[in-house]
Amino acid sequence: MIKKIAIILVLFFAVYGIYYITKDQPRDTLSVLKEAYAKEHQPSVDHTQFAELQKDFRSPHEVTAACLACHNKRDQEVMQTSHWNWERESYIEGRGIIKIGKKNLINNFCIGIAGSEGLCNTCHAGYGWVDTTFDFSEPTNIDCLACHDNTDTYVKQNGTGGMPAPSVDLAFEAQHVGLPQKENCGHCHFLSGGGNNVKHGDLEMALLNTTREVDVHMGKDALDMDCIDCHEAENHRMLGKMYTVSSMDIDRMECQKCHTSQPHTNSTINEHSNKVACQTCHIPIYAKVNATKMFWDWSKACKTMDPNYYEVDSTGNQIYLAKKGRFVWQKNVTPEYVFFNGTADHYLLGEKIDTAKQPININTLNGSYADQNSKIIPVKIHRTIQSYDPVTKMIITPKLWDKEQGNGALWVDCKDIEIKDMWGISAQKGMEYVGLPFSGQYDFVNTRMFWPINHMVSPKEQSLKCVDCHKRNDGRLENLDGFYMPGRDYNPTVQYAGISFIILSIIGVAIHGGARVLISIRKKKGAK
Amino acid sequence: MRKAYIYDTFNRVWHWGQAFLILFLAITGFEIHSSFTFFGYETAVAWHNIAAIALIILVCFAIFWHITTGTWKHYVPTLKNIKEQVRYYSLGIFKNDPHPVKKTELSKLNPLQRLVYLGLKVLIIPVMVISGILYMFFRYPQDGTVVNFGGTDLETIAIFHTAGAFALVAFVIVHIYLITTGHTVTSNLKAMITGYEELEDDEDEINNNITENKLESQS
Repeated sequence: MIKKIAIILVLFFAVYGIYYITKDQPRDTLSVLKEAYAKEHQPSVDHTQFAELQKDFRSPHEVTAACLACHNKRDQEVMQTSHWNWERESYIEGRGIIKIGKKNLINNFCIGIAGSEGLCNTCHAGYGWVDTTFDFSEPTNIDCLACHDNTDTYVKQNGTGGMPAPSVDLAFEAQHVGLPQKENCGHCHFLSGGGNNVKHGDLEMALLNTTREVDVHMGKDALDMDCIDCHEAENHRMLGKMYTVSSMDIDRMECQKCHTSQPHTNSTINEHSNKVACQTCHIPIYAKVNATKMFWDWSKACKTMDPNYYEVDSTGNQIYLAKKGRFVWQKNVTPEYVFFNGTADHYLLGEKIDTAKQPININTLNGSYADQNSKIIPVKIHRTIQSYDPVTKMIITPKLWDKEQGNGALWVDCKDIEIKDMWGISAQKGMEYVGLPFSGQYDFVNTRMFWPINHMVSPKEQSLKCVDCHKRNDGRLENLDGFYMPGRDYNPTVQYAGISFIILSIIGVAIHGGARVLISIRKKKGAK
Repeated sequence: MRKAYIYDTFNRVWHWGQAFLILFLAITGFEIHSSFTFFGYETAVAWHNIAAIALIILVCFAIFWHITTGTWKHYVPTLKNIKEQVRYYSLGIFKNDPHPVKKTELSKLNPLQRLVYLGLKVLIIPVMVISGILYMFFRYPQDGTVVNFGGTDLETIAIFHTAGAFALVAFVIVHIYLITTGHTVTSNLKAMITGYEELEDDEDEINNNITENKLESQS
């Protein structure tokens, strides 16, 4: 009886096993995602048919008013965002709650917007922010078209604080609006810092028409995804942030959101994600198509009479521009790596620097191995030699641009360098603008800035291999400390004692065995 | 001299299985330690883990076998004849002196072997297995959701595991050499392969004892 039951049980499990192995497996995350993102967005209305937009707009503000006439209350949403305010309330450990953003932070490219708004704020999502009098509460100052033009014909005029170029046909733009496309975001985020790929290294014009080799998400031969497919927005508040101007661990965009936290079939690799961000392995290099600026020496600026004098290297990159200084560009750059927990600190204008501790961090990505929320991320580190006041110990935010000559803007009046001390004058103007003292003296100091690398994800075959980090020397993570990494680290005492022990064993065996062999040979000879 | 069956089938399977696994674990392990490149890091890690589990299973069977067959008695350490054994390895062997301790079915190991193999069984192998399991299940703490089995300090685990690995490699080197010190250069090796070895048979009582034991156990 028991035997029969056993046989039936065994048969049942065997049949069930075969069924289980051969039945249809649930579809994997990736194919579900591919299907979802392959669907084209279908606009629900045709803006060309709205009578409200069939008119001769005399100013861009009228376009905004027309937009808001239907899309009411959207202005209130936009006015809450960083794209509008260029600052937000942030809690920073040790500083408390402060309002920071592009408005009042500096970087180590073109330093800061103070006094140069007319040019810098071309990228503001508004009209006419040329100085501190700009009205952030006026809804019609919002530039809807910068983000929602779907024709790629909308251009903002340099030097006007974000006004559209005179050539722009406002009625045509107003009738052809829709969800933001790569071109909309790219106008500012690809060209920031004064040229293509200058700042980010992983965000540039080539992404508009690229292959999956360069970016698995945006490649034309891949899903040709738009920025907003990942950077979703609710009430105009976008996901994803850049820690050159952001500080808090909120509204972050994460790969896991789509790809889950267990995307690999190999559990060892899944477990790496506890300490290693996806980007670390999946973005082995950045600046894959065009070079990015890695180094900027402001101290070499304004040494000629022509502010626009420039030199290019053999690959066409501008390595010297008289009004800006000397640059180093790099293509196919290997990232550097840091621990990052999603919070950052920044150099705030007016802070004293310690010149004994160079390079000075313009932004600091917080994190360490010991911090449970930290992961290793790839970064571009932009290094600069920039000006500071040796008396007040403050980093200088010089006035760089003005629409007229003679107002002390470095880039405009650079040609007067022989007659006037343009560095001193622009520093004076810039510091005065932000309400900080300037001693009249200036010198140069090494600074660096950390730019997390999140785009240009490579096809999986090109992602890092174990041995790229797990090796004794020259591994990708050789500069990270606070932990033991197999393959990279060893305990010197164990290592040298162990090797000595093995060598002594071999020597001992060799001597003992050699003696036995010699003696037996001698005996054989003796026997003869 | 008489031909005696001293290593039964399980003993030989266990010995060679363990030998192969330890060698394989050493190769993959020291590759993971970046001492050389052979399989490739990822492959080395994968195979090291598989071989480790295989070794642990084998060790479990071996422990069971040692206990149930009473083989553990071979490893009871003794100080008797230990000086003679040391003198044999350092002097006598060169003069072709006879082994000071006779190998028999009931006492296969000389006092030095007893000590070394006991050390291997109760110190090195456990250290390797325990530190290896801790290594394998080491998890980086993350938001308090992951059970942190191995502590936060991988370095301590790694120190024990690599130190044990060095000791094992040294053991294997000396062991492979010392098996040539049997009755003839290859007699020990042959014995571990076939199970049979020619033993010096000058004490008849041993034989008698065995027969008696067998009779006892059969009855």
